[in-house]
Amino acid sequence: MPILKRLLLRLVTTFVTLFGVAVIVFVVIRVVPGNPIAMMLPPGAGEDDILRLKALYGLDKSIPEQFLIWLGGVLQGDFGTSITTRQPVLELVLSRLPATLELSVMALIIAVVAGGILALTGTRLRGGRVEAGIDVANGMALSVPDFLWGLVLILLFGVLWPVFQISGRVSPNIDLPFSTRFYLFESVLRLRFDIWADLVSHMFMPALALAIPLAAIIAQLLKQSLKETMHLDYVTLARTKGYGENHVIIREALPNAILPTLTLVGVQFTFLIGGTVIIERLFSYEGLGNMAINAVINRDLPLIQGIVILFALIFTMVNLLVDLTYAALNPRLRRG
Amino acid sequence: MSAFLTIEGLNVSLSGVLPILRSVDLAVHAGEVRGLVGESGAGKSMIGKAILGTLPRALRIESGRILLDGEDLQRMRPRDRRRLIGAKAALIPQDPLTALNPARRIGPQITDRLVDILGWRRRAALSRALELLDEVRITDPERVMRAYPHELSGGMRQRILIASAFAAEPRLIVADEPTTALDVTVQKQILRLIRDMQARHGTALLFVTHDLGVVSKICQTLTVLYGGLVLEDTTIEEFFAAPGHPYSAALLGATPKYTDPHGSLTPVPQSVIDAANAQLDAFDRARRQ
Ligand SMILES: Nc1ncnc2c1ncn2[C@@H]1O[C@H](COP(=O)(O)OP(=O)(O)OP(=O)(O)O)[C@@H](O)[C@H]1O
Ligand SMILES: [Mg+2]
Repeated sequence: MPILKRLLLRLVTTFVTLFGVAVIVFVVIRVVPGNPIAMMLPPGAGEDDILRLKALYGLDKSIPEQFLIWLGGVLQGDFGTSITTRQPVLELVLSRLPATLELSVMALIIAVVAGGILALTGTRLRGGRVEAGIDVANGMALSVPDFLWGLVLILLFGVLWPVFQISGRVSPNIDLPFSTRFYLFESVLRLRFDIWADLVSHMFMPALALAIPLAAIIAQLLKQSLKETMHLDYVTLARTKGYGENHVIIREALPNAILPTLTLVGVQFTFLIGGTVIIERLFSYEGLGNMAINAVINRDLPLIQGIVILFALIFTMVNLLVDLTYAALNPRLRRG
Repeated sequence: MSAFLTIEGLNVSLSGVLPILRSVDLAVHAGEVRGLVGESGAGKSMIGKAILGTLPRALRIESGRILLDGEDLQRMRPRDRRRLIGAKAALIPQDPLTALNPARRIGPQITDRLVDILGWRRRAALSRALELLDEVRITDPERVMRAYPHELSGGMRQRILIASAFAAEPRLIVADEPTTALDVTVQKQILRLIRDMQARHGTALLFVTHDLGVVSKICQTLTVLYGGLVLEDTTIEEFFAAPGHPYSAALLGATPKYTDPHGSLTPVPQSVIDAANAQLDAFDRARRQ
């Protein structure tokens, strides 16, 4: 059962990765200049106030000691308390996670659909002007990073032709009768399309900004892979059976061409999730990334620690998902 | 009797610059087994591809006609042409390891043409496929239909491709070196299988090969190609008794004798090659004028 073995191996590496990330972040945020205590001191506080506060947050001990205490808490599901809001880190982080997941998945869907259509169109019309146009567009999309696309979109659809919301996740005047924070998802389940439309009009631009570079990568890789596949013998054989170009691309070439693209898209998707940090800031979208930047500004050590661990966990999960999908799509791995 | 396949004056070039096929004439009658021989690069595969409508994009048909069952392929709408070819002709490819789609199960790869192009009912196509797999002597056809290509050996896959080629009862099959990619032991079985299937179904066969030994065993007629030019078009008896072109004779001398497989071989002499090249030049010059 190689799949089971792979899963087990993946589980082990996940723990090792998370532990490593925890150690590195823990040390780094404590040795860089700037400390949380200084930021919360009222004017005129004395030496002993500082010592008391340090003791309160456990910052008076050595870094290894602090780490062990933190780790002990984590093993019991306690990620500490935010210094700025005094709420449990876990609670804070989980409250923002759905917003970021929805944004990332929306961006992924846009990227896959747009990239897929471009790749198929480019393959169908290969060697002509359309393919050349697609290549140029891909090159442009890739030479501009996601946050600059965000600015361009804000200028275009927020200022010049204001059709989308440029700030926040949902309009403040809207009641949210939801039981989870997956607003977009739940608005569909509850058939509240008014709320859904408001959410989409907020999410569309940040999602598009994140999606543009990934869409270009998908378009480029998949088109390349499709074009190579189109020369293979089984494609030629299908043509002799009487099938036309469209059929041959979609049924013969695509299922094989997808595989090499999939692995790379997985890696690129983790970059996209990383990109949410700045994009959320740009669009004042209340997700994890925005929270992360606030936490760094406030030197909220426990919160930074918690967010980084969560991001690391998401990355490993994405990789696992890619592995499973690859195995599911590849008949050579499906059996035996 | 008019032939099932007639190629007349077919000129194919690489982007209009380099001639690949030079005014090729070739006919295959119903039920006839015609060998197509020539050294590597002579254009044998391109003739097959021209018939089946799968010439590489860089290659262009400059002039000439290809008549399949009396229909001029070049004058048909692309979709009708594809469907006519799919219904009346088929290919047995060279390399069974690359000719089956690794992402699809075997069953649909045999039945798809019947269902999508010829409009059969799925169930009828399925039982036809099982019948054919049985005919090419594959044991447990039901399991094979559900298998993926990588689960089967090269010989098995070539049997499947043969079954698939015969599925729609085509009137013409192009077999492009169907045994060169196989083990020597399997080669003989596959060759015999193709011959038996051909005889049983009465299908015309255009058999591309460099192997004159194979030609002597299964073909009735023969076309010798050099540099895209037909040097000789003859029957097997005549060819082996008295080859009609010095190049053919040299080719025959360069082939191991069936009766004496270890006898000495003479490579094609340079003088013969020079003469053949001169013939190509003369052809090109005549055509340019
Ligand atoms: N895709 C292509 N683009 C350009 N030229 C090609 C292409 N495929 C084949 N040719 C050229 O066409 C000529 C004939 O090739 P072809 O494959 O028909 O030879 P062949 O007789 O089948 O040889 P072999 O015995 O090696 O299979 C060769 O000179 C080859 O270089
Ligand atoms: Mg060839």
